[in-house]
Amino acid sequence: MVCESWRTQLDTYLDGELPEEEIRSVDRHVRSCQSCSADTVARLQMKRTIQLAGRRFTPSAQFRKRVQLSIAPKPQRNLGRVWMFAAAAAFILVIAALTSTYVETRRDGGQVFSEIADLHVATLASSSPVDVISTDRHTVKPWFQGKIPFAFNLPELQNSDFSLLGGRMTYLEQTPGAHLIYDVRKHHISVFVFQERSLAARLDENSLPPRNLSFNMATWSQDGLRYFVIGDASAADVDSLAKLFKATSS
Amino acid sequence: MPLFDQLYNFAHWLTRNREEAEDLVQETYVKALKGFGSFHLGTNFRAWMYRILRNTFLTSRTGLKVTMTVPIDPEEDGADLAVERDTPETYLFEQLNRELLQGAMDELPVHFREILLLCEVEEMSYQEIAETLSVPIGTVMSRLSRARKTLSERLRPQMQRGAVTSITKGTNYGL
Repeated sequence: MVCESWRTQLDTYLDGELPEEEIRSVDRHVRSCQSCSADTVARLQMKRTIQLAGRRFTPSAQFRKRVQLSIAPKPQRNLGRVWMFAAAAAFILVIAALTSTYVETRRDGGQVFSEIADLHVATLASSSPVDVISTDRHTVKPWFQGKIPFAFNLPELQNSDFSLLGGRMTYLEQTPGAHLIYDVRKHHISVFVFQERSLAARLDENSLPPRNLSFNMATWSQDGLRYFVIGDASAADVDSLAKLFKATSS
Repeated sequence: MPLFDQLYNFAHWLTRNREEAEDLVQETYVKALKGFGSFHLGTNFRAWMYRILRNTFLTSRTGLKVTMTVPIDPEEDGADLAVERDTPETYLFEQLNRELLQGAMDELPVHFREILLLCEVEEMSYQEIAETLSVPIGTVMSRLSRARKTLSERLRPQMQRGAVTSITKGTNYGL
């Protein structure tokens, strides 16, 4: 029964949750006690067996697609009257036969907006959201040299409510791009910049971002680059930052 | 989509039904997207997503059914962390086939099943588990300890018989 007190700590020890000092004590004991050593191995084996057995269910590709579509933006429906709906439906039927590629473009565009939202969320959730941490645009911009196959300008933020937090490389449709993070009144706004011609999804010159993403978003194409601005800040703030970028790039 | 495979696996273990798991995951993503404003930067995103999924499950038909059969659990916040397991017996875990263990995990009460999955499969820290389940760390430790003990006890007869056949799936015990 000498080992009883040690054994009460073994699971916590194997979970990596003991304080540093106690880890060393348990280590020393386990190495010197054959019985506790065997018990530790058995518990470790049990943990691994549960880990393997627990990874049991895999989502189907169809289900993955369904969820992607369900959280992707949908076209607005603001036609309230039946006759307007009927007229619109007839109109759509006529043009659908002629412009099937346009429909495909819209679908692609929706997926792109959804992916942009995912990138924004996943980055902010990261413990290290930016790879270059600086409020100085003259530090952040050169950091991208040699990392992305294009150059872009960052706006001057003096006399504005925005502050630059930093940047990182990102990828959209296997295309490298720049991801910049700005702060405005405790909200974080992401600015993504990609080469327009590298994106498989075809977006119109002024593609309208969806309204049901729960984020405010702006996007435009300028000088061969596609810009996306997204965040949970107000639409006015997102538009202001977009304007600053447009003015800088023009 | 971040955490998609992991959330689906966890949802399927909770609901034990493919369609329900899919509905649960889909609803989780929709809620997460809509409520992202409530997520605080710097806090744990994974725990936040799992908490949404778990809360959604608890308010689902299956989840409500589970919560209506809450077991009497006097040790919930106790400090009893000692896990009595006969050492020779534990060696037999090496021989366990996966199906047997999965069956035993399926039969666990859902509050034991979920904490084992979060700790062993998702490799969450006690702090993350506490955030996900909205309970104190002390409760995480005691519940985890009792989950392991219960699993061990339920596997014992199987191991003593040397049974390697899959066991019949049981009911979803109370949370």
